[in-house]
Amino acid sequence: MTAELGHFTLILALCVALVQAVFPLVGAARDNEVWMGLARPTAMFQFLLVAISFGCLTHLYVTSDFSVLNVASNSNTAMPMLYKISGVWGNHEGSLLLWVLILAIFGAAVAAFGRNLPPALRARVLSVQSMIAVGFYLFMLFTSNPFERLFPAPINGRELNPLLQDPGLAFHPPMLYLGYVGFSMAFSFAIAALIEGRVDAAWARWVRPWTMAAWCFLTGGITLGSWWAYYELGWGGWWYWDPVENASFMPWLAGTALLHSATVVEKRDSLKGWTVLLAIITFSLSLLGTFLVRSGVLTSVHAFATDPTRGVFILMLLIVVIGGSLALYAFRAPKLVSSGLFQPISREGALLFNNLVMTTAAAAVLLGTLYPLFLDAIGGGKVSVGPPFFNAVFIPIMIPMIAAMAFGPLLNWKRGDLVAAFGQLKLAAILGLVALAATYMWQTDGPIFATLGMGLAVWLAVGTLTELAGRARLFSAPAGAWGRFRRMPRASWGMVLGHFGLALAIAGMAGAGGWTKESIQTMHPGEKVELAGYEFTFDGASEGQGPNYTAIVGKFTVRKGGDEIAKLVAEKRNYPIGGMPTTEAGIETRLAGDLYAVIGDPEGEDGAYVTRLYFNPLVVWMWIGAMVMVFGGVLSLTDRRYRVGAPKRSRAGAAVAAGA
Amino acid sequence: MNNRWLYTIPLAIFCVLGIYLGIGLTLDPKQLPNMLDGQPVPAFDLPPIKDRGAKGFASTDLEGDVTLVNIFGSWCVACRTEHPYLMKLKEQGAVPIHGIDWREEDPDAGPRWLKRFGDPYTLVGDDPRSKAAIAFGVTGAPETFLVDQKGVIRYKHIGPVNDEVWKEVLQPLIQQLRRNGSQTGGQKGGS
Repeated sequence: MTAELGHFTLILALCVALVQAVFPLVGAARDNEVWMGLARPTAMFQFLLVAISFGCLTHLYVTSDFSVLNVASNSNTAMPMLYKISGVWGNHEGSLLLWVLILAIFGAAVAAFGRNLPPALRARVLSVQSMIAVGFYLFMLFTSNPFERLFPAPINGRELNPLLQDPGLAFHPPMLYLGYVGFSMAFSFAIAALIEGRVDAAWARWVRPWTMAAWCFLTGGITLGSWWAYYELGWGGWWYWDPVENASFMPWLAGTALLHSATVVEKRDSLKGWTVLLAIITFSLSLLGTFLVRSGVLTSVHAFATDPTRGVFILMLLIVVIGGSLALYAFRAPKLVSSGLFQPISREGALLFNNLVMTTAAAAVLLGTLYPLFLDAIGGGKVSVGPPFFNAVFIPIMIPMIAAMAFGPLLNWKRGDLVAAFGQLKLAAILGLVALAATYMWQTDGPIFATLGMGLAVWLAVGTLTELAGRARLFSAPAGAWGRFRRMPRASWGMVLGHFGLALAIAGMAGAGGWTKESIQTMHPGEKVELAGYEFTFDGASEGQGPNYTAIVGKFTVRKGGDEIAKLVAEKRNYPIGGMPTTEAGIETRLAGDLYAVIGDPEGEDGAYVTRLYFNPLVVWMWIGAMVMVFGGVLSLTDRRYRVGAPKRSRAGAAVAAGA
Repeated sequence: MNNRWLYTIPLAIFCVLGIYLGIGLTLDPKQLPNMLDGQPVPAFDLPPIKDRGAKGFASTDLEGDVTLVNIFGSWCVACRTEHPYLMKLKEQGAVPIHGIDWREEDPDAGPRWLKRFGDPYTLVGDDPRSKAAIAFGVTGAPETFLVDQKGVIRYKHIGPVNDEVWKEVLQPLIQQLRRNGSQTGGQKGGS
């Protein structure tokens, strides 16, 4: 009964979405207030229906109803409740239902809280949002129905992939989806603006909060995924340039550029064409990512079970949405007239440079991700493109951007003084070079990019703080500085934290990427291994058990200079139902780096085991830096000047994701 | 921007992309070219599994007739799906099938599995350390290699062997090889 209810509400949601897609748009063109007025109630109703549908699927999982094919394929009574719930979105069909739920949440939020939007704009925005939803409803109802029945119903199901049975990964999809599906709102605003033929400061002020909210979630989601890979996959790595990782990273790059570009539209009435294009590109990359992981076109550790018919459907969807929006852009964008003029050296110029670099970076990542496909399509054979390519291309593109990030906030609008800015940054430059030299002398081995990364991180951090201090006149007029700090708008603090957070993250990436020390060996109980100045002692292994797994539990003691500083517990789990082993690394996180131990298979009969020991320098700075960036974004969102009737997005979204 | 045509660049780029994505849907990235096609079978000599006598399975056994070499394991779920079909082929006596029992941690597991589900193999070799599997370039189980009378690999099938695979690929190839083999009178030499 619940499954049929879920299915039925989904069909109803499609019908409502069709109404929402057509009438308000036509109404806006004809100035028909009644039809435009349909936008808000249909958006709310659509959200209600999808929420019920999602609730039904969750209920089926929670009660372990194996007469539903989706539940039987991905759930099991032996699993802890948290993973029964996260199993809802841990598969293709369920995750699509999450997709449309978040699409509907954003639509309802604009309907509820976008009261100061002009009715015509709001009608168009909600219509476009609904058109996307229609595409996805059709996709689900025709090819990927989560409510399909299974007869006869099995006693117990298969289980959720053991790799996904992890608290970090349980929340990774909802956060990620709130991010890149959230960019659908910026997309809808951009299309609505193109249809209206007008982009102005007010439009930018409405778009920015939604974009910022989506950006915060996407940053958080990517970080969560990266952190999970680090502690779960057992090799101490945190980014593999896997196609699905790239699929989330490309929208992030474009979305960051969009955030900055929208500022220029609002404050200086310029870069309109760029901003609209970036809004379209960001969401298009999100859609492209969805296609790549569900169509079987690329091999990836992440990919869902693939089916060519699904691939064809999504490709059609892509062509209609992306092709249609870019065609609209080609037609209508020339009409967007910018009035703000600026010199190349100015804050606008710096932000334009930012747009160019981020877009180039996103294009480079896209090229690397799709290159195997291109080559195979023209008959050039099978290749794989991995970290060597991406590191060699992506990092050099980013270097000028990070260098410019310190300058940008110091330049004036319209006409900036580069020499004066550089004068202010003397300290940052000196400290950056000192950091570079110190790193080089202390750790002469290691890739050049890592050493450069440390120097750049210090440059950016000090540069950002310099700008902050300059604005509060901390050194020129210290008396009133505290008052000036307190009066500074939250959005400025947001910017400072965002840039500073990135500097911390870059330092973390340089450390972890450049100077990881690894030691693989067989250890007997009591044996010691010396690594990076720490002494690891293997204290033996025992058998352990969990609700749905058995484990080998290995214990290690780490000492430095004779003093015990950490005890590590590493596991190698075997999930008999899923048929997969997983490694749980034993990690001790310290500011200077992580001590990381992994236990492998037994070797011989006398209690010896294969062990992998790592010292990963500065890893925690990546997570801290990312959290600081997200906090900066959230801070900006709470600034009244930043919003015009925008809701407290993060609370509403988190409540639904946790409670659904 | 004054030049209107510049605004059409994103659309043009997407059109090119769309075409390639469409072509991509017709390709299978998991189909890796078989590096051993036309190469002689790599040399291996595997011990027997339990309860099957003293004779194991070696590369020297693969001459004289066209044979199938099937990689399987008791842990492999897809091997269970193909197994009934292999039993059927054995009953028909269509082609000798040899097995490589791959990556068994428990030496009783393979024999137990064969006793339970049936034994379609003429010879079985035990390969717990993947020595033969690595030499064959095996990427997963089940995989089946078609080896001709001279011990040269002619075809590799990834995944379970079913009716479609047999009728459309393996059987015609086996018949063709047998015809050619009898015509040349079993001469040795390069192919």
